[in-house]
Amino acid sequence: MNLFLQQIMNGLTLGSIYGLVALGLTLVYGILHIPNFAHGALYMVGAFMSYFLMVDVGVHYWFAMAGSAAIVAVLAIICERLVFHPLRHSPPIHDKIAAIGILLFLEAVVQMFWGADFRRMSSPFTGILNFDGLIIPEQRLLIIIGALTLVAGLQIFLRKTMTGATIIAMAQNREGAFLVGIDANRVAMMTFGISGALAAIAATLYAPINLVYPAMGHLVIMKAFVIIILGGMGSIPGAIVGGMIIGFAEAFGGFYISTAYKDIIAFGLLVVILSIRPQGLFAKGAH
Amino acid sequence: MLLKIAALLMKPGAKMAMLAFALVFPFLAANEYQVYVMATAFIWAIAVYGLNIITGYCGQLNLAHGGFFAIGAYTLGLLTADYGWSFWPAFVGALVMTAVLGFLVGVVSLRLKEHYFAIFTLCVGFIIYLLLDKWEELTHGAIGVRDIAAPYGFGLVDFTDTTPFYYLVLGFLVLAMWFISRLSKSLLGRTFIAIRNGDELAESLGINLMRNKVLAFVLSTTYAGLAGALYAGMVRFIGPEEANINHTFDMITYLLVGGIGTLSGPLLGTLGLVWITQSLQFLEEYRMIIFGPLLVVLVIFFPRGIVGSFLTWIHRKSQALVPEGKRKDSKVTPTKEAENNA
Amino acid sequence: MLKVDNLTKMFGGLAAVSNVSVEFEANKVNAIIGPNGAGKSTFFNLIAGAHKPTSGTILLDGKDVTNLPCDQIARLGVGRTFQTTNLFEQATVLDNLIVGHRLRTRSGLWDVLVNSRRLQAEERACREKAREALDFVGLSHVENRFIADITQEERKRVAFALALATDPKILLLDEPAAGVNPEETEGLADLMRKMINHGLTVCLIEHKMGMIMGIADKIMVLDHGEKIAEGTPEQVSNDAAVIEAYLGGDEDAAA
Ligand SMILES: Nc1ncnc2c1ncn2[C@@H]1O[C@H](COP(=O)(O)OP(=O)(O)O)[C@@H](O)[C@H]1O
Ligand SMILES: [Mg+2]
Repeated sequence: MNLFLQQIMNGLTLGSIYGLVALGLTLVYGILHIPNFAHGALYMVGAFMSYFLMVDVGVHYWFAMAGSAAIVAVLAIICERLVFHPLRHSPPIHDKIAAIGILLFLEAVVQMFWGADFRRMSSPFTGILNFDGLIIPEQRLLIIIGALTLVAGLQIFLRKTMTGATIIAMAQNREGAFLVGIDANRVAMMTFGISGALAAIAATLYAPINLVYPAMGHLVIMKAFVIIILGGMGSIPGAIVGGMIIGFAEAFGGFYISTAYKDIIAFGLLVVILSIRPQGLFAKGAH
Repeated sequence: MLLKIAALLMKPGAKMAMLAFALVFPFLAANEYQVYVMATAFIWAIAVYGLNIITGYCGQLNLAHGGFFAIGAYTLGLLTADYGWSFWPAFVGALVMTAVLGFLVGVVSLRLKEHYFAIFTLCVGFIIYLLLDKWEELTHGAIGVRDIAAPYGFGLVDFTDTTPFYYLVLGFLVLAMWFISRLSKSLLGRTFIAIRNGDELAESLGINLMRNKVLAFVLSTTYAGLAGALYAGMVRFIGPEEANINHTFDMITYLLVGGIGTLSGPLLGTLGLVWITQSLQFLEEYRMIIFGPLLVVLVIFFPRGIVGSFLTWIHRKSQALVPEGKRKDSKVTPTKEAENNA
Repeated sequence: MLKVDNLTKMFGGLAAVSNVSVEFEANKVNAIIGPNGAGKSTFFNLIAGAHKPTSGTILLDGKDVTNLPCDQIARLGVGRTFQTTNLFEQATVLDNLIVGHRLRTRSGLWDVLVNSRRLQAEERACREKAREALDFVGLSHVENRFIADITQEERKRVAFALALATDPKILLLDEPAAGVNPEETEGLADLMRKMINHGLTVCLIEHKMGMIMGIADKIMVLDHGEKIAEGTPEQVSNDAAVIEAYLGGDEDAAA
């Protein structure tokens, strides 16, 4: 029974991280129709920035997280301005290739400075809570609470602020949004900024119980794509629900089926789902 | 002046000259290593030609291409090392395997449009990598496959030597290019290009999307399998890293630099970049610092690469030389060739 | 020629086309008008097989084509143009058109491998057809130009030529005159008359009322997916429901 609860805990942790990453990806897709293959690289840069700020600059975990979120947000905005904006009228294959270009560049740069080695990042939350036999490391609890807070904060931002409302409006109807005079450039930059910050925070939350290395974004971005396809590309609740589905599938699959193949579960799921429903699980109407 | 040089490049003679150069290259090379590098570049070029079919002509960004390359290599490797096949039957086996798997993956993945297809194939590529890495009973996992057979020369040549192997690869490259040139000019090639212009439009022209896309995909995976099998026969030791996504990204870069959807672009891009990375040793590890921004700059400013931009330029020039009224009959050589090469 | 019965298309909860029945006669210009979002393009998509109808039937020359896939309907003689046509910009006009006749050919991979006689003959036929279509739309002089280098109006004509190269019986033209100036619009109208003279049937979606009134033999008016009127240009322009739809609607469709 406890082992079962333990897996639920693991599923929640994984699902929270995946959900945060997928959230950024789905926002960008919803607004700009760009599948940002570089999103995993932003996540990776986020982890390295926090690592750098903590180890080399020596700031506290929370400040490192904030600093990293700001840096990656700016980086994402630069990508939007320099790369995706000029490509907005190009054939769809071009922005995907450009995103791959960004991904390759960021990984190579990080590898040049930090090497390809695996690193460990510390966190002040090293304690372990024991609830009557159910063991919960503090960092995991932090991940879940952090993700919940961010999702709630994002919801408030999107629903209650003017900027948020314009983002929603544009996600729902791009042409219409142009007609009513929404500043599309500003919305695009905002969206990229938010998605970058989310990726950096997710990476900083997860890094202490995982490893930091230049290729760390690969698996995460692929899973995030699986998640937003599951949840419907562009859908915010879909990203969260999809994140949880994949998180739980991995936690339980890894435990009850096979650890070696746990990473394949998400992709297997994707193949099965897309084979049956080419437009995704929860997607409305035609693709 | 420039135009004359350009016109010269478009002549059939230019192709012959290039082939002649390739034939004497082993004698010009400073050492065996250079011949080896050239053979490797040819192998990659074959794979890039495959990618060009589905991505360049048909317009579907296939991110599993490196995975199919690895499947070709592993099929040949495992059949010869573990199952006692000799090289040539295993070689055919590798082609059949990549074609069949290409068909199966194609039937599922090509129902998906644009982004979905790219993401799906990205995942397929990763599944291939994971299987090669984890399915130890079959693939030996991370240890990889050793003792792969070299091509059997029927007692005439010894393909374990670099130079004979170089000629073998060159032969396959010429064959691969010959087929592509025929394909690209044919109605079938035009059908693929029509699909790239848009599914909707192609369907309205009575083109069966699924059948043509699957055909293009199978052709492209077979090319990848061919390249992979040759690669396994050359290095004779392979591991799961052959399926690393970075190989796919490399090939996309070669394709874009040379010219996506063009006839000579894949060759030029591959040879150029392989030699540049070879000669600048420090680039070997950090090539992506250059490749990454290069990709971005290319898709923004020169989406059709070196060859595509060149053809566009020469076409404009040749049109400008002809007075307005006579353009209809302007079948001057460059135009004609450009038309065929584009 | 084309007979549509109780055709309905739902997108989720939205009826983009709702219970439309209409008959289009051969060798006539049949126009479809209506405000933006009225379901006109969807109606074309249904006829061409790009969307499956939710219910209803479509008869082409008496043959039920309701559930046929797009490419087969094209082969039965339904050609179409789109509101926007993506062509291969860095290729010549002629090169873009050759594939138009592909549906009447049968060469496959094997023919390409051996460069069969059939392939050669078919390629010649496609090239001829492309030239013929280009000549029909009056663009022979730009055959060697890149698509990227021709004007907006020439592009529209190339799109017509591409549809014509499929050897259609009936042509579905979706807002062909959008974005071209008045004289050019008149030129496109002439082109449609020429198609009629050559025995084709034209179905036309257009917002330019002047053009419609001058050219259409029959007009069907859609609003919110429903057919609210049909008849000759005079009948339709005096129809109360139509006036209501155009004046009462919040769209600028009549512009
Ligand atoms: N593929 C689709 N999925 C969902 N809704 C669609 C789709 N195509 C069209 N619609 C909707 O159907 C309605 C009719 O659209 P359309 O046929 O394009 O109108 P028109 O061509 O008359 O301007 C619109 O409300 C549009 O949003
Ligand atoms: Mg429309």
